[in-house]
Amino acid sequence: MLQLEGLSIRQGGFHLTADWSVPKGARVAVIGPSGAGKSTLLMAMAGFVSHDGRILWEGKDLAPLPPGDRPLSILFQDQNLFPHLTVTQNVGLGLSPRLRLTPADLSKIDATLERVGLSAMGGRKPGQLSGGQIGRAALARALLRARPILLLDEPFAALGPALKAEMLDLVAETADQSGATVLMVTHDPADALRFADLAVLVADGVASPPQPTAALLADPPPALRAYLGR
Amino acid sequence: MAALRFTLLQAALSALVSCLLAIPLARGLARRRFAGRELLIRLLAAPFLLPVVVAVLGLLAVFGRSGPVSAALAGLGLPPLSIFGLHGVVLAHVFLNLPLVARMILQGWQAIPAERFRLAVSLNMPPSAQFWHLEWPMLRAILPGAAATVFLLCLTSFAVALTLGGGPAASTIELAIYQALRFEFEPGRAALLAALQFALCAGVTGIALRFATPPAFGSGLGRSLPVPAPKGWRLGLDGVVITLATALLMAPLGVVVLRGLPGLMDLPASVWPALGRSLVLALASAGLAVGMALVLAQAVARGQSWLEMSAMLPLSASGLVMGSGLFLAVFPALSPEAMALPVTLAVNATMALPYLFRLLLPETKALLADYGRLSDSLGLAGMARLRLVTLPRLARPLGFGAGLAAALSMGDLGVIALFAGERSETLPLLVQRLMGAYRMEAAAGAALVLVLCSFALFWLFDRWGARHAAA
Repeated sequence: MLQLEGLSIRQGGFHLTADWSVPKGARVAVIGPSGAGKSTLLMAMAGFVSHDGRILWEGKDLAPLPPGDRPLSILFQDQNLFPHLTVTQNVGLGLSPRLRLTPADLSKIDATLERVGLSAMGGRKPGQLSGGQIGRAALARALLRARPILLLDEPFAALGPALKAEMLDLVAETADQSGATVLMVTHDPADALRFADLAVLVADGVASPPQPTAALLADPPPALRAYLGR
Repeated sequence: MAALRFTLLQAALSALVSCLLAIPLARGLARRRFAGRELLIRLLAAPFLLPVVVAVLGLLAVFGRSGPVSAALAGLGLPPLSIFGLHGVVLAHVFLNLPLVARMILQGWQAIPAERFRLAVSLNMPPSAQFWHLEWPMLRAILPGAAATVFLLCLTSFAVALTLGGGPAASTIELAIYQALRFEFEPGRAALLAALQFALCAGVTGIALRFATPPAFGSGLGRSLPVPAPKGWRLGLDGVVITLATALLMAPLGVVVLRGLPGLMDLPASVWPALGRSLVLALASAGLAVGMALVLAQAVARGQSWLEMSAMLPLSASGLVMGSGLFLAVFPALSPEAMALPVTLAVNATMALPYLFRLLLPETKALLADYGRLSDSLGLAGMARLRLVTLPRLARPLGFGAGLAAALSMGDLGVIALFAGERSETLPLLVQRLMGAYRMEAAAGAALVLVLCSFALFWLFDRWGARHAAA
């Protein structure tokens, strides 16, 4: 279970609070108007934003852990791959941050690349990949790291609708197999419906507790109503 | 007091003359296009890497008593030039700094939006009005910084004073320190003078750092002309200015090459050990300076901005004052000879630090903004991060910076002159001593070796950086 206990993030004039928990293995959409703090919430979980209150995973406070040691992987909006490293190296960082890769590691990487549809792309550099392929490579790395939480900060926002749906299906499929808990920032209600059974609304300085996505979108509170334009 | 007055006078004159001459040169280069323009602009960066003692040797050969200029004057029945003393020091400083200022102003020209030129022309502004509305505001923004930078560089330019100054009438404070330590054995007097020089530099820096801008090395000076350049006498004037400047810059170098080539045949045997010491010093000092700059740039990029002060401070310090302090500190205990190379290494690396830091800081900040969180989230830290992320991403500025530091150290003639005896001579010091002994042929040969090595080091490091720069 992922718990936010009296979480409070303050940055200049910005303020966001959250006090709820997410069951293990859930898929949660984080939606709300831009600038409300959706990304900031994820960055706090990942260890990049200082905060008051506690963030716990399976009852253990994450505060003392540096970002790389937290039980989570994160996909950023962009800059998910190092442009000077090959796809294999970029994905290999998920197994060994020093890139000391054994033959066993390499065959694992190849298998994962194949699983996300990137077989035979391992030798390429990110500059030679399409947007969708970059997303797949980043996802492959997250799969290899095999952390129990996956945070998606709109990594597929720049893709077209069909490609984005394809990527979300891939994430859903792999998360189902590994049993990972997924939190996904999105500003698209259709993505939320498609991907997540639960949704967290971030608006007016509060990240409200997760509730069933369909119900939330069917009967939106005023803040969400204004954002959706209904 | 005479030394103080001379120090200030030569620095002020050097800054003034450099700026005054740079204005028409930059204007000509900004508004004319001709074959070799790109090359000339690139060469304007060369004097910064040129070992000072080589520049002096070249100037002596061209403007000295037996040089072609004096010969031409004699043909007109005029007395020969003497380039020792105030005008020699100023001439050398102008030679070294005019290109720097011209490049700064040229960048100012480049920053004026093309629309403003087109507007001026469409309003039918005569050239004089264009000067007041386009060039003058740009000069007002650039010249104070350029002048302050040259003034500072000339305050602490020991090698020029050592080779062209001297005597009671033309002695800088640094030269007086050198004489007090080296010949008169008056450590008390040296300490007093060093304190004076330090106070002077600190005071001037306090005022000047507000405008002083360390030289930038940006290129991209090749945009096409926004409006046609004026014709008539202005075309002729630009041509004359550019030709004269090219001649002033190239002639001394050309002479060193011409005189050095025969000198290469019978170089004194002492050249080779001196060259070896210089190379080792240059490589070590480049490594040390790059390391320091990288650490400081990372710390500043992560928000410890107070460290920026310590990275920029050596810009105002004088290598010779630092060296004198170390000399006085170790003098009774250790022989200066033994300390010569370590102290020179430390001082050279420190003097290159501000330039390297300025090069690395923006790139380090960008690296942190783009890939900092990704690296953290993957647990990339320590040596692995340095090897896998920092070095490949920063290879280009690191290579350029290392080349800069190596070339500056290779050509440095400062502290080493205070400490060195026969057995710790570096190549620039050897050139200076050969010149002092009027062995001009040998000096030119050694100088040619020195120039080639300086530029080769710079070129090799820069190439290395460009080749390893991550795609």
